[in-house]
Amino acid sequence: MYDMKALYEANSVRHACELLLAHPGAKVIAGGSDVLVQMREGRLAGCELVSIYGLDELRGISLDEDDTLRILPLTSFSHITKHPLINEIIPVLGEAVDMVGGPQVRNIGTIGGNTCNGVTSADSASTLHAWNAVMEITGIGGTRQLSIKEFYVSAGKVALLPGEILTAILIRNADYEGYKGHYIKYAMRNAMDIATTGCSVNVKLTADKKTIEDARIAYGVAGPVPMRAPSAEAAVRGLPANAETAELFGKTALQDVNPRTSWRANREFRLHLCETLAKRALLKAIELSGGEI
Amino acid sequence: MQTKLIKCTINGKERELMIDVRASLTDALRNDFRLTSVKKGCEVGECGACNVLIDGECFNSCIYLAVWADGKDIRTLESLLGEGGELSDIQQAFVDEAAIQCGFCTPGVIMTAVEILDTKRLYTRDELRKLLSGHLCRCTGYENIINAVEKVMKKRLGLP
Ligand code: FES
Ligand code: FES
Repeated sequence: MYDMKALYEANSVRHACELLLAHPGAKVIAGGSDVLVQMREGRLAGCELVSIYGLDELRGISLDEDDTLRILPLTSFSHITKHPLINEIIPVLGEAVDMVGGPQVRNIGTIGGNTCNGVTSADSASTLHAWNAVMEITGIGGTRQLSIKEFYVSAGKVALLPGEILTAILIRNADYEGYKGHYIKYAMRNAMDIATTGCSVNVKLTADKKTIEDARIAYGVAGPVPMRAPSAEAAVRGLPANAETAELFGKTALQDVNPRTSWRANREFRLHLCETLAKRALLKAIELSGGEI
Repeated sequence: MQTKLIKCTINGKERELMIDVRASLTDALRNDFRLTSVKKGCEVGECGACNVLIDGECFNSCIYLAVWADGKDIRTLESLLGEGGELSDIQQAFVDEAAIQCGFCTPGVIMTAVEILDTKRLYTRDELRKLLSGHLCRCTGYENIINAVEKVMKKRLGLP
């Protein structure tokens, strides 16, 4: 038995919003792999829950008319990894969420839950930041969109207002066309572990594959929330796609990050990871784009 | 006490039950349906001892609300027994390969093996390792578990 005060099951998005307004102290439960564990640990003991797990209309991946990739928030990690549109458009996201927990966790865990938690270590979050994801939020009054950067307010806090839920994660055509990316999760174990630091990089090369037209990088656990490294991105734009540029990329990223010491690793080690992972992920992204190092 | 009537299929039989909304699926399967192959290990989704198949995919039932089972098709280890109580090929392989010692993790591991075998694909040992990585076993050291799953996988695919 979970130590739960009450459970309200939503039967539509609107109903979920109404339930959240009617029970201001309630927590949203999607797959439950965080909420139910926190309930067991006592942190959420005695809490009221609004379950949205039954809302099948919030599952699936599709393309909008303008070729925006639309990922619905209750899509499980394993379904993201297997989906043909993900494999075609943004395979790095499928690879990143395939590193979450273990197989059973990837069947229950949802990408919406992973982001709405607001934690910096979420394996999906750095890749979504690095691809300029747009978060679509729905409340009683309608729908609004926020960039994923604005969505993350502070550690554990996202920009959802009372009565709002996340209803889609969007990646626009201009943000994915021509880009290829790579994610590296550094953790102590290959399964059932949380990232010490994670790094997601993607690049767009010029037609001759020799120059970096654009590069984007985001980290998990390099600061209180997932973050981009804008100085590193600016530093390599227009430079040759080679090992020297990757070196510069890793060094410059250190101007943007601010990791802390935790029981998993100290700040110095995380800074070393930030530099090294940036460099390696960029080289891999260049290779995936058809560039030669 | 807040309750909900749920209807679902458990090991091939249609079942209906009034459920306490605070129950995990592990609680319901063990206490209401006496399916005690579903073990309580960590109860926080770390060890896989409570693993069951829901609509063909593996889930840790300790972090799954019992009310979510409404309308679902659930399979536990008990579904593998033959009519006369015979062991299935995968269970027999666990016995033959000494992939069981205390047996506490075994029902969960075998249900993941069922999901793997049902894909009818050939996996490398490394792939099997990853697919089985959601289970903790304190006794066997995993090697024999992988041997058992690999053996049945190859046998079912008609490979040497
Ligand atoms: S008892 Fe469910 S995962 Fe350990
Ligand atoms: S056989 Fe004892 S835990 Fe696996």
